[in-house]
Amino acid sequence: MDALIRSLIDGLLLGFVYGIAAMGLTLIWGVMNVINLSHGAIIALGMFSVYLLFTALGISPYVAVVITAILGLLFGIVIYFIAVHRVIDAPELSTLLATYAVNMIIIGVGTSIFKTSPRNVPLELGSVHLGPAVVPTTRLIAALVAILVAGGLFLFLKYTRPGRYIRAVTDNRDAAEIVGVPSAQVLALSFGLGTMLAAVSGALIATVFPFTILSGGSYELKSFVIGVLGGLGNPVGSLFGGLILGDIESLVPLVMPTTWTPVLEFVLFVVILLVKPNGLFGGEE
Amino acid sequence: MTKRIQQHASLWLSLAAVLLIGIWPIITGDALDRETAFTVLRAVALASSLNILLGYTGYVSFGHVVFYGLGGYVGFYLISARGWNLWLAILAGGIAAGLLAYLLGLAILRLRGAYFALATIGVNEAVRAFINNFEPFGGPTGMTLNFKVYKLYGGPASALQLSFYIIIGLTLLVILVSYWVRTSKFGLGLLAIREDEDAAEVMGVVAPNAKTWAYVLSAVIPGMVGALVFFKNGTIEPGLAFPLNTSIVMIVMIMLGGQGTVLGPILGAAGYETMRDYLLVSPLFKNLQLAISGALLLIIVLFIPRGLVGWLRQRYPKVRRLLI
Repeated sequence: MDALIRSLIDGLLLGFVYGIAAMGLTLIWGVMNVINLSHGAIIALGMFSVYLLFTALGISPYVAVVITAILGLLFGIVIYFIAVHRVIDAPELSTLLATYAVNMIIIGVGTSIFKTSPRNVPLELGSVHLGPAVVPTTRLIAALVAILVAGGLFLFLKYTRPGRYIRAVTDNRDAAEIVGVPSAQVLALSFGLGTMLAAVSGALIATVFPFTILSGGSYELKSFVIGVLGGLGNPVGSLFGGLILGDIESLVPLVMPTTWTPVLEFVLFVVILLVKPNGLFGGEE
Repeated sequence: MTKRIQQHASLWLSLAAVLLIGIWPIITGDALDRETAFTVLRAVALASSLNILLGYTGYVSFGHVVFYGLGGYVGFYLISARGWNLWLAILAGGIAAGLLAYLLGLAILRLRGAYFALATIGVNEAVRAFINNFEPFGGPTGMTLNFKVYKLYGGPASALQLSFYIIIGLTLLVILVSYWVRTSKFGLGLLAIREDEDAAEVMGVVAPNAKTWAYVLSAVIPGMVGALVFFKNGTIEPGLAFPLNTSIVMIVMIMLGGQGTVLGPILGAAGYETMRDYLLVSPLFKNLQLAISGALLLIIVLFIPRGLVGWLRQRYPKVRRLLI
């Protein structure tokens, strides 16, 4: 029983971190119907940003997370104007390939600089007791930061003017343009926020697990699974999707070999796409 | 007579291009040239197959490599564990891939646009993860072919030679199929689906059937190519059989040459492989090969979305009839 609760708590904590990466993916999809295939590369950049700021400049990893967030936002806006804006109204294939091209460029440059040797952020903060479970402090802080970021995003979308613009464009871009919403800027901002979430998620993962420049790929796939679980275009759903995935990952090893986890995840992914394309919490079409 | 030739110009051009790539290493007699040509033909066969679904029907399969990997595994298993001969194994690889495409098609071809693309990624990852756990296929370490098997084909050297002839044959076959689809009534139905699926249904195209058969056609030859390639390599493992990257490279090749044309994927695949070879050996670009390919892809997507053949057709209306 204790093992079960321990795994559950472990899964929940990781789930928040996975969740915000998926929120980024699904925010971009919701606003502009673009599946961002450079998501994984940005997650990896987030990891390396914390790593470099910490090991080279000695900046505390949690300050580095904030810096990474700002860099992620700016980088996303740049990517939007270079790679996405021109093809935003073209068929899906164009945006899929354009963002994949960005992915290739980042990973290509990244591998030639950092090689593919594993790195980790040497951060030792001991562990804390959460009920019957003992969890590393880094994991708890990562989850708390993720919750803060998700909450912040929610308030931003709900109460600020740019946030309202984003929701307007999500609902109906043409109508929003007619009433004077500057749609290009709003799309760029949304893309920036999406990549910011990916970068922050990568930064937090880096404080918990070792990584390489190629690690982003597997987290991107997780983001797809989570996004579909929670409903593409539904950021709050993503957070719950993240919790579900985190718990699948920590509970499955209790009953069968760990290597079966991805089989389950991807079968679930395809089945949900087929049966409930709006996600577990979405309504009928 | 000239009209006849003109009518099928792109077919003749395509076949000639493939034969040229195939004959060149036979003339030079250089084993290295033959390996290069093998890689190029493999790329042409895979890209042309995917083009039937992506180019003609407009459904973006991001995980098409799943058929290549599955065919490879089925063929490899039959040769190494069941003692089948190569021909039957290649056939079985193609049938396995076609069957998977048929079953999948019934389910996931209902999805449109990006949802379909995502589902194909999911399918590829699910199959890869499954094979990773599937003991008869060797699990994560895969399988290795007993060297003695090659004796049946006159030793390793002539087995390699034989593989090369087979890949030429398979590539020619893809092109014939691709051309037939492009010019048949069935193909017209697919093109109509690409332009507007609902309108096509109203006009009497039975979209679910047509899409499923397009999916099957685009899967069979990658399955056969997979069986051949892994027989030739003598070893197979999940990471080699189901690389998501290869799927996307196939799409890049199609985009480069021009989607929805017979000639496009051939030019795109040959061009891409040549460029990659050049970048890989050049000391200056070796490390940046991936980044340069990415930049090239971005430029094509943003500025020349129709690819080389599409651009030629638009620029020179006179050749439009010749290049399809």
